Amino acid sequence: MAKPKLATCALAGCFGCHMSFLDIDERIVELIDLVDLDVSPLDDKKTFDGMVDVGIVEGACADERHVKVLREFRAQCRILVAVGACAINGGIPSLRNLAGLEACLKTAYMDGPTVEGGGLIPNDPELPLLLDKVYPVQEFVQIDHFLPGCPPSAETIWAALKALLTGTQPQLPYSLFKYE
Amino acid sequence: MSSTDGTTAPRKIVIDPVTRVEGHGKVTIRLDAAGAVEDARFHVVEFRGFERFIQGRMYWEVPLVIQRLCGICPVSHHLAAAKAMDQIAGVDRVPPTADKMRRLMHYGQVLQSNALHIFHLASPDLLFGFDAPPEKRNIIAVLERYPEIGKWAIFIRKFGQEVIKATGGRKIHPTSAIPGGVNQNLAIADRDALRARVGEIISWCTAALEHHKGYVAANRVLHESFATFPSAFMSITGEGGVMDLYDGTLRVIDAEGKALIDGASPASYRDHLIEEVRSWSYLKFPHLRGFGGDDGWYRVGPLAQINCCSAIDTPLAEAARRDFMAVGGGHPVNATLAYHWARLIVLVHCAEKIEQLLFDDDLQGTDLRAEGTRREEGIAWIEAPRGTLIHHYTVDKNDQVRSANLIVSTTHNNEAMNRAVKQVAQTDLSGKEITEGLLNHIEVAIRAFDPCLSCATHALGQMPLIVTLEDASGAVIAREVRQ
Ligand code: SF4
Repeated sequence: MAKPKLATCALAGCFGCHMSFLDIDERIVELIDLVDLDVSPLDDKKTFDGMVDVGIVEGACADERHVKVLREFRAQCRILVAVGACAINGGIPSLRNLAGLEACLKTAYMDGPTVEGGGLIPNDPELPLLLDKVYPVQEFVQIDHFLPGCPPSAETIWAALKALLTGTQPQLPYSLFKYE
Repeated sequence: MSSTDGTTAPRKIVIDPVTRVEGHGKVTIRLDAAGAVEDARFHVVEFRGFERFIQGRMYWEVPLVIQRLCGICPVSHHLAAAKAMDQIAGVDRVPPTADKMRRLMHYGQVLQSNALHIFHLASPDLLFGFDAPPEKRNIIAVLERYPEIGKWAIFIRKFGQEVIKATGGRKIHPTSAIPGGVNQNLAIADRDALRARVGEIISWCTAALEHHKGYVAANRVLHESFATFPSAFMSITGEGGVMDLYDGTLRVIDAEGKALIDGASPASYRDHLIEEVRSWSYLKFPHLRGFGGDDGWYRVGPLAQINCCSAIDTPLAEAARRDFMAVGGGHPVNATLAYHWARLIVLVHCAEKIEQLLFDDDLQGTDLRAEGTRREEGIAWIEAPRGTLIHHYTVDKNDQVRSANLIVSTTHNNEAMNRAVKQVAQTDLSGKEITEGLLNHIEVAIRAFDPCLSCATHALGQMPLIVTLEDASGAVIAREVRQ
């Protein structure tokens, strides 16, 4: 029987959730026995060639490209897990919503003490349009499981993945739930 | 992978997203009618807005919040912010225990981040070749084919993460650096567990360095010519120009090694650096004030760290540095691929530093935090894994942040990365059939800088690869996604 497939994706986050996933350390060998890694920023596979069994998504949606990537990702994953505070409730990136997008852009590109000649706000068509606000992923797609934490520990991610990849419901002990 | 469809109209190629770098970015290459590279741009397409939304937060929260810029080098941001907030708290010198706890955390961080980059992200290109099929270009393939290197990858990174946990409380987004010092010392049990393993870690780091030197020797022409150009270099150095990744003054040297700036203090950063915004990237373009954007750009990161320092105060890394500098024959080493070699020397240095600190009894001291008279402004820098990182804050009398300015490592390399992309495009792509492997050459050039676009735009994530061909009017002639 072919191994189940795992895909990962990072939207507006800090990559810390992916790093926490890598903190499974030597268990990565066990993981390779268990699954094939499909589309992921950790490898060079950039598009799906079929459904994968489990997908994990890190980060919130801050621009139109995030929404597009997330929708496509959802469509290809039988089970989708939102990992970390950014994906689940917007996390630190959503602090942008308190100040407002325009104010954030102005501060970064026009008002900085080292910005040359008054600056400008980048606006090239090559850049994706920013959303008015930063949104959690479940605003756009259905999520099957949520792993809280900033980031969730490697133990949490490992326990959840292992259960899902072997076809069981994850039963995580309360000690693995950290909202920090 | 698409290729040209035989058309002779001018067209544009887009690599989107670039993978195995930490962040979101894409490359567009514009070809003229004859198929020669007209222009190439490396766009960073994420925006976060930390400088604005950190305003109003209490200043002691900043080291905890700001590190969420980047999950790969959170410690660098945690510590740069803590050092700036020391000044806000009126503390010019934290107690020795605090200084050494922070240093140990930082060396753990640079160790794990350099290991992640060289092994997990870059080694597939070096081991399997730039043109290897994409399904081979990842750490899992490395683990299967080169188990010894896979072992270094996993366990050197793991060790660095454990040093961070022992000193910072958590592996990712630690919590121990606070304005004026730290909130914990090093537990004996943690110290002993790390002591028991540090010798082996040093030997693996040295073995990885030797292995890489073998690669360099076997690929000398490629190594020296690939995406290579002369440039200035910038790094923090310690007293007497000795390498110090945690603290020191700024040194900028030109391509010949002559000092353009030396001994500059953090408070003077605005006198030396200026940032230009370009409409097509969220990543700003810093350069040296007074030199202009075309002449004032420079490179940072491991290559700059090694080129700028006059010595390293740990024996194995110092021997490796001399070896490395011999390549330049007394001049800075300019080869872009030499970033990897330099990164491994810094890796060895960090492992040696960690060992020194693990045998320093100050780490068990109990004087953890100093106090002083509140100030309004704090400016600090640190040599992060990818180069000089600058944090600048002002705080009002209610203890709330009034302003923040961040110049992160990858931002400094923006001009250099763009030049590297253009150079590779010109030498490898112009007038040729465009293959997937050739496009990967461009990514290899970007990857040498280990860009952390998460930090840089203050965002991060994956970068897949889409190739779009456009004619001069911008109409798409072909568009294909790279598998
Ligand atoms: S949840 Fe935390 S660790 Fe994960 S991406 Fe967001 S900021 Fe980073």
